[in-house]
Amino acid sequence: MIPERWLNGAILLGMLAVPLWAWADGAPFTITLATKVAILALAGVGLNIALGLGGLVSLGHAVFFGLGGYAMGILASHAQSFVPLAETPFLIEGTKSMPVIWLVAVVVSALAALMIGLLCLRTSGVYFIMITLAFGQMFYYFAISWPRYGGEDGLSIYVRNSFPGLNTLDPIQFFGICFAALAAALWLHGRLIASPFGLALNAARQSPARVETIGLSPFRLRLTAFVISGAITGLAGALFADLNRFVSPTMFSWQLSGEIIIFIILGGIGRLYGPVVGAALFVTLEHVLGGFSEFWQVYLGALLLAVVLVARGGLIGLVAGRERPHE
Amino acid sequence: MLLLIEQVLNGLQYGVMLFLMAAGLTLVFGVMGLINLAHGSLYMVGAFAAAAVAGATGSFLLALAAALAAAAAAGAIVELTVIRRLYDRDHLDQVLATFALILIFSEGTRYFFGSFPLYLDIPAYLSGPVTLPGGILYPTYRLALIGVGLLVSLGLYLLIARTRLGVRIRAGAQDREMIAALGVDISKLYTLVFALGAALAGLAGALVGAIQSVQVGMGEPVLIVAFVVIVIGGIGSVKGAFVGALMVGLTDRLGGLFLPAIFRLFMDGSAAQATGSALASMLIYILMAGVLIWRPQGLYGARA
Repeated sequence: MIPERWLNGAILLGMLAVPLWAWADGAPFTITLATKVAILALAGVGLNIALGLGGLVSLGHAVFFGLGGYAMGILASHAQSFVPLAETPFLIEGTKSMPVIWLVAVVVSALAALMIGLLCLRTSGVYFIMITLAFGQMFYYFAISWPRYGGEDGLSIYVRNSFPGLNTLDPIQFFGICFAALAAALWLHGRLIASPFGLALNAARQSPARVETIGLSPFRLRLTAFVISGAITGLAGALFADLNRFVSPTMFSWQLSGEIIIFIILGGIGRLYGPVVGAALFVTLEHVLGGFSEFWQVYLGALLLAVVLVARGGLIGLVAGRERPHE
Repeated sequence: MLLLIEQVLNGLQYGVMLFLMAAGLTLVFGVMGLINLAHGSLYMVGAFAAAAVAGATGSFLLALAAALAAAAAAGAIVELTVIRRLYDRDHLDQVLATFALILIFSEGTRYFFGSFPLYLDIPAYLSGPVTLPGGILYPTYRLALIGVGLLVSLGLYLLIARTRLGVRIRAGAQDREMIAALGVDISKLYTLVFALGAALAGLAGALVGAIQSVQVGMGEPVLIVAFVVIVIGGIGSVKGAFVGALMVGLTDRLGGLFLPAIFRLFMDGSAAQATGSALASMLIYILMAGVLIWRPQGLYGARA
């Protein structure tokens, strides 16, 4: 068995090596696929903070992904049409600057996570799963029936947004941005696991009553985790919208919420790098099997069923052994 | 006023169909403690079976029978092969495995029936409008749906309250070790409850399939609304599912009518229409949020 730390290093190196090799080889499509993996993995890392660390099975994380995407779409569409977002009470202009868009995406998603979390975390278990799913659907239908920003058709952005000092139109430079965001999120998650907050959150997952006895509030721990989780997934949404230069209500769809969970499970639940492996496997399967058969999701379903019923540690569990880092 | 009565009837029709979906979900959760995302796939199986049989034989009643049989059979097979391995697992595993089942069901159906929607025709004796007291013209078929939905609800109530099977179902929901110790074959009971829920979903799929198109993915939007219904009613409570389904059905249909009208009082026409209908699409979720703040365990739920 390979120690998980080495494996994580290898995963990160692999994430870097594939697009760099493709860059040297002049294969921009592979770089785009790797960028997609990095962004989806980022969304997975976001959910993993709520799910892996906090034990919160949110089936509505597409809400934050979609909000991040629409934050980008709305700001950039106002910038490209030169119509200000609002004139009263003060002038708000659209923008094409990535850092500003990210800030808005993170803040909006965090606020939404705070409000949804305040409601959903009053419940637990199956209720929590169903309610997060329902809120996801609420945002989906709102995005479809609100014609101001494209409704069902979505919004197209003509040119990718800019980042100071970089040419974002170059695939490898945009990959670099996404990879850096992923690495930062993984670092943050690693620090959270070891922090007093992470330990308390983990304890609240295993035994809420004991955590309460020592004077901590499981509700507030979970809410904090949910907000951090939503904010990171929101950032991933903004990057994903920039990758496609397109946002549509499908970013809010419940299938996407399910897929984000799948990334975590395919990689291995409770693993820091699980979402990275899971997202890479998902995109590879989509690309390879999708080439063979229009019905590739049958195989995805069968694989998922096998992982859940038989190989419960996911892919990392197969390689690094069954022991989990925090159990 | 006429429009109001018509929308109330539409709301009832939507509500009873939601109840057929929600009843199976809530029974399966109440008795087996399982969250089943693939319930929407069973709805779709029912609709496709009905469309295929109606296309081959031309008989609507045969089509309904086929929908019931196909959905119940699909439910029993899935229970025997996959679902029964999940009862002891945590909810995350149940969510993932049933999500995997959705993928398999949806793609499998697309493989056999293609991506184009099928159409299921309303039988001649139920087509056309009927005149209600007060001179309201209302589609006969939708009225029949309300009638069928209420009849099935009554049947389900009698089944659970008055029969031996119903006693076992209620006992299973309360203490499964105890009834197993009393000699009831619990795994057979589970298969039966699951197939019953599946049959109800399949029936709803076939009945609704005649007013909407029959296509892959038709089940999941209904499934999610059915989740809203049982969260409102309280998970595990069939009575709660009934009340919740009617509340959701009426809220949805009346919201679509009233909200644009309310916004028209202080906004101009098209903007009011857009804002009103956007908000109307969120109304049932707002209702759910309200119920959660007031009673986190749902209207008839025992515990959260």
